Amino acid sequence: MTDTDVTFRVNGEDRTVRTGADIPLLYALREELGLKGTRFGCGDAACGACTVIVDGAAVTSCDLPVSAVAGKAVETVESLDTDPAHPLIDAAIDHQAAQCGYCLPGILMAAKALLERNSRPERSEIIAALDGNLCRCGTHTRILRAVEQAAAVMAETCE
Amino acid sequence: MIAPKPPVPLTAAPLISNWIRVSPEGEITVLSGRVELGQGNASAICRMAADELGCVPEALAFEAGQTGLTPNEGFTAGSMSVSGGGQAVRWAASAFRNLLLKAASDRLGCETADLCLADGVILRDGEPTDLEFGTLAGDVDLDRPVTEWAAPLAAETAHSADTLRLDLKERLVGSPFVHDMERPGMLHGKPVHPPSMSAELQDLDLEALRARPGVVAVVRDGSFVGIVAETEVDAISAARWARGQARWVDRAQVPNDAIQAIGASREPADIVVQTGTVDEPAGRWFETTVSRPYLHHGSIGPSAAVAQWQEDDLSVWCHSQGVYQLRTALGMVFKIPEEGITVIHRPGSGCYGHNGADDAALDAALMARAVPGRPVKVVWSRRDEFQAAPMGPGMVTRCAATVDDDGKISSMRLEVNSAPHANRPSVNGTPNLRAAAYLERPMPPAPSTDIPIARGGGADRNAVPLYAIPNVEVSKRIVHALPYRSSSLRSLGAYTNVYAIETLMDEIALELGIDPIVFRLAHLHDERAKSVIEAVDDFAGSWRREPRGQGIGWGLGFARYKNTAGYCAVMARVEVDQEIRVTDIFATADIGEVISRDGALNQIEGGIIQSMSWTLKEAARLEGGQAAAENWLDYPILKFSEVPEVAVRLLERPDQPPLGCGEISQGPTAAALGNALRSALGVTVQDLPLTRDRVMQALF
Repeated sequence: MTDTDVTFRVNGEDRTVRTGADIPLLYALREELGLKGTRFGCGDAACGACTVIVDGAAVTSCDLPVSAVAGKAVETVESLDTDPAHPLIDAAIDHQAAQCGYCLPGILMAAKALLERNSRPERSEIIAALDGNLCRCGTHTRILRAVEQAAAVMAETCE
Repeated sequence: MIAPKPPVPLTAAPLISNWIRVSPEGEITVLSGRVELGQGNASAICRMAADELGCVPEALAFEAGQTGLTPNEGFTAGSMSVSGGGQAVRWAASAFRNLLLKAASDRLGCETADLCLADGVILRDGEPTDLEFGTLAGDVDLDRPVTEWAAPLAAETAHSADTLRLDLKERLVGSPFVHDMERPGMLHGKPVHPPSMSAELQDLDLEALRARPGVVAVVRDGSFVGIVAETEVDAISAARWARGQARWVDRAQVPNDAIQAIGASREPADIVVQTGTVDEPAGRWFETTVSRPYLHHGSIGPSAAVAQWQEDDLSVWCHSQGVYQLRTALGMVFKIPEEGITVIHRPGSGCYGHNGADDAALDAALMARAVPGRPVKVVWSRRDEFQAAPMGPGMVTRCAATVDDDGKISSMRLEVNSAPHANRPSVNGTPNLRAAAYLERPMPPAPSTDIPIARGGGADRNAVPLYAIPNVEVSKRIVHALPYRSSSLRSLGAYTNVYAIETLMDEIALELGIDPIVFRLAHLHDERAKSVIEAVDDFAGSWRREPRGQGIGWGLGFARYKNTAGYCAVMARVEVDQEIRVTDIFATADIGEVISRDGALNQIEGGIIQSMSWTLKEAARLEGGQAAAENWLDYPILKFSEVPEVAVRLLERPDQPPLGCGEISQGPTAAALGNALRSALGVTVQDLPLTRDRVMQALF
């Protein structure tokens, strides 16, 4: 397997990784670019821990070859660590919407993708958007409340 | 009111310096043997120290779980972080405070009664002095016994219990996990696990494996195979190739039905509690036999560790629940003195008991030995986590009771049959680490001795009813004959035993025509237990007027965890048609003094939701001698769309010692669901999980 250059936008910056074209995006982010907020959970696209946003859509990065995102815009959970923090981060902390927190980056990115296409989702729409994300600590109800709070805060800021 | 007896952890770590360290600049570090597994205990323990020291928790640094640095408090298990370790820190912080005030009074020539601490500064009659933690640190000898100086303030200071998680943001956007560690020269390792504990490696072309892209070293020791590669991706790819190539032979005898075999076992049983005699009392006879399957811990992040050898010294970073016990186990495996081994806790994904954390640490240490001086990071695959980590053991509990003419239970007998819990590293004189059992010179685990009832019991946890029953006999039988690796899963035997007792309580009450809540209250002398049940009835009372049967029902489950820790009552409402839908769960709990209100609620809610998942969906797939699930499709857990509204209320008792809350809700939740289903359909499902198929079997 020969290494190739793959260039894509990550959190607003153009980045190039020189790597095997078929390595999963997850490892390009974590190992090549040092963006370790995106978590390895299963490698089967079955738990959602590695969810990132590619061109506005939430996708699992553990089964997506890095070559597939060439020229595209990738957002990882690090993009929420702004000053002031993204409303989803504040809301997750306000509601203590995590215990171990391992699944949260993927959930936050799935929620961000939802809020970008639907700024005031119903509870059922949030559930549908997060149903592919597993949480084992059992903080589901807190996560749902946190997403609702973030939606309300973001809607207020827009108005 | 603080427990008058010193907290137990002070016995092994009696000095203030065991718990508190002060830098010359006055920076205070709290040292704890209780590691943060995601329960929020680190923040709660910091809060307990901060309240004594008159500062905010954020002003304190916190170190937990490092051999040679932090106190050895055994395993972070049993819901004792706050009630044991936190109380010890509170006492140590109190002792430190009193030493500081004494030193300040010597310098200022005044009474200590005139002084207090606020935000790191000594106040005299409420006014700041020029004395701070830093200026006084040199005056204070921390190598003094905690008990000589401690007089915790907690009772006097009405703290708010609004304790924030200090580590949460880092967990959301940062890289705090052992999975995220980087060290200079680090390589990446993957084990190729034998598919079962009894499988032996027949054939694998190690030369061809060494020639795979990026492979730096291949380690084979008995049936242990580890691959060390330059990158994570290379390691994954080589391991996948090796798994396809490796040939194993497994000669173990395997029963067709593990749960049936556990129930039918004739291995020796011990009577653990006997009050009165259960053979004499006559009356109406009721009995049930319940079972639960083997369960996976199901951490979202598979187990991981980093190991590095320097000459004969080994350093390991991992998410073990017991760094000292893992150190002992590693010493046994490598036959080196413990002083040469350092084990450092780094966060992992939530573990919910004894998962693969310690096994991954040994895997990493075995692989790192092939590349001296270089750190090796091992991150298990999802398949490894399902197939190689210890499972929660399968259990069968029989519960029989007699009821006298006054409608009172006159006797209760429980017989608990269980595969082993508590097979933790080094506890029975053997390493109890997976790979140790199949090295060239194998060190298989000694038979589990389980946890004695005096320490809360293991298989028999909560098998002794809290209800006032004159004649009680409880026996337990640990079934070692099965080939599966099992150990502690959150709440241990309590989950199954509470399910047995509480579903039988409902059966009896309904048979006698007595309201299940009234029936329970009539069998309780413990006022705190009664209050918790009455409170959940008030909280969720409206359902009780709802018509039942026809597929709608509610049910109650109650227990005091270990009969010594937190009290919890859970009410669940279900609707059953083609599927079982849990619409609402209410719970009340009494955990004594509350240190972190939202943290406690989070633990209880999480326990409820995790128990719902076990109870409604989960059973490990066993094929031959192996746990066969490869991915989440093989082992579904509760999803967002299946989680009901969950509401929890605390009955706070600031004058009572904190009791712990992480494991109080699992048993009651299972029982509430079983009883709700019975209320909806008229039958009790005895074999968990409560799947549609099981319900149909029970109905027809």
